[in-house]
Amino acid sequence: MLDSSIERAARATPPVVAKRIQGLSDRAIAWLFVAPSIFLLLAVNIFPLIWTIRLSFTNFRVNRPNAEVGFVGLKNYINILTDADIWQTMQATAHFLIWTIVLQVLIGFTLAYLINKKFRGNDMWTTIIVLPMMLSPAVVGNFWTFLYQPQIGLFNYAVGFLTGTDPSAFSMIGDVSLAPWAIVIVDTWMWTPFVMLICLAGLRSIPGSIYEAAECDRASKWRQFWTITIPMVLPFLMLAILFRGIENFKMFDLVVQLTGGGPGSTTELTSINLKREAFEKWRTGYASAYAVILFVTVFGLASIYVKALNKVKQR
Amino acid sequence: MSSYSVTEPSGRQKLFAGTLVILYALITILPLLWIIGTSFKSPSDAIAYPPKTFFSPTLEGYVNLFTTRTRATEEDVKALGEPTTWYDRIVRKDGFVIAGPSRFMERFSNSMIIGFGSTVLCIVLGTAAAYAFSRFKVPLKDDLLFFILSTRMMPPIAVAIPIFLMFRSLGLNDTHLGMILLYTAVNLSLAVWLLKGFIDEIPIEYEEAALIDGYTRFQAFYKVVLPQAMTGIASTAIFCLIFAWNEYAFAVLLTSGTAQTAPPFIPTIIGVGGQDWPAVAAGATLFLVPVMIFTIVLRKHLLRGITFGAVRK
Repeated sequence: MLDSSIERAARATPPVVAKRIQGLSDRAIAWLFVAPSIFLLLAVNIFPLIWTIRLSFTNFRVNRPNAEVGFVGLKNYINILTDADIWQTMQATAHFLIWTIVLQVLIGFTLAYLINKKFRGNDMWTTIIVLPMMLSPAVVGNFWTFLYQPQIGLFNYAVGFLTGTDPSAFSMIGDVSLAPWAIVIVDTWMWTPFVMLICLAGLRSIPGSIYEAAECDRASKWRQFWTITIPMVLPFLMLAILFRGIENFKMFDLVVQLTGGGPGSTTELTSINLKREAFEKWRTGYASAYAVILFVTVFGLASIYVKALNKVKQR
Repeated sequence: MSSYSVTEPSGRQKLFAGTLVILYALITILPLLWIIGTSFKSPSDAIAYPPKTFFSPTLEGYVNLFTTRTRATEEDVKALGEPTTWYDRIVRKDGFVIAGPSRFMERFSNSMIIGFGSTVLCIVLGTAAAYAFSRFKVPLKDDLLFFILSTRMMPPIAVAIPIFLMFRSLGLNDTHLGMILLYTAVNLSLAVWLLKGFIDEIPIEYEEAALIDGYTRFQAFYKVVLPQAMTGIASTAIFCLIFAWNEYAFAVLLTSGTAQTAPPFIPTIIGVGGQDWPAVAAGATLFLVPVMIFTIVLRKHLLRGITFGAVRK
């Protein structure tokens, strides 16, 4: 007690020397503190982005550094937007995006609603449910190829056990019609906890007094759910959808390890397709235009969505 | 129970909710337990049909993960004499001899160097920037903050092309330094946003008192603000570490040899005739378990970290 007050008194009396080097103004400190971060972000994010935009108007190829680089105008953009394969990729991405969000919202919200009933030990079980989303998607994706093996895989065995079908009769990642669902299942397994956590935060933010008031007014439980719970959780849910949407539009690591885009190109999402163009076919200019289109799409959709989100929040 | 409450769920509701959640938790944890279990199986047990729940555990997967082996004839094995170590014994049982260490340790330590390096750099830069954004009038503050956030919307592959070119001309391709700088930049947006939230919560009066007592801004920053922000800094650091640890896209595109991390390496572990699943599982287990432990330790701060501080509990 005494010691700490002496110590505090000592600390409160700064050395005289310190006063003399007190030269820096607040403004200078502010810049000194912010500048390194801004510089790094400019160098590693914005500068490359500008470079990408510049490359997107050329026919540059990384693997032919000595070839003449020609300016091709909008040709890359036109080629991409009229390419049927790319539209198929976009469709695969849309399928993945829509179904993962639908499933994750449904399961995630239900779980959050149940956990919010505060049964004994809910904290421990929540932590267990959260584990998959913290792991490396590439390593997890690779391991799921093992679980998806016909016959020996755990997933096929479980499905066979539950439905009575032969576990070696189907292959989740080898079948054209099943592969798009194989990636949806793994992503849902991995990321449902994320939606759940955010919904849980939303549910916990609702004050109990609102329900008490509704109870006094004799509103049914069903009615309370639709007029109190859902509207109050909606802003949180929309936030979760935004994060999942952006993440899954960028999806690369999990799917590339799980299916590699196959069979054929049924699970070839835009990022995987882009990687092929840029780092396997080495069509750098073309891939740059592709990257710009993707970025504009994400940014545009996200901005519209955030506006809608803010409207919901204001209500 | 002192009084009846309409918002408190009934015992039956709790039982019902608890049962469903526990059921989901058990199903969701099963693949992870299966990975850990497979790492202790022998290759033949790993691909047995029906899948084996009970098996005699062996460290063969771990031995295969850390070593490279060559097939040897019976005479060769005899000529070598008795196996001297327990891992020699495991390998020779299948007619192999250990040829040398595998590259796993190298990849794993690359993951450590790059993960910790980028986390430290990110926290130093991020704390400084977050403090400035929190306490000073920075011109264009909101724009700068939005700019920092928007850098996360870009697909990694989209920026990988020019970064690849840039790193090549600077000689940073496939180096630890290059990867540390890259991951720092990727994580910085998260760090600044989170740390700003934590620093905003420290009452400004503490610093004002310190300034009146004659502290300089710098002194007030590291003697008053930093100790107060320590919990926030620690949990932000663990998030940066987990992101860097798990990252795959940049790692697979920008590294090939010296600086390659574990995520691109683990899926390439091949045994005789296809993937050596126990070895892959052993690598995955060693790689994933630290993250699982961090997650359990971190569970209270989880939400804030994964939502850029948008949701606070």
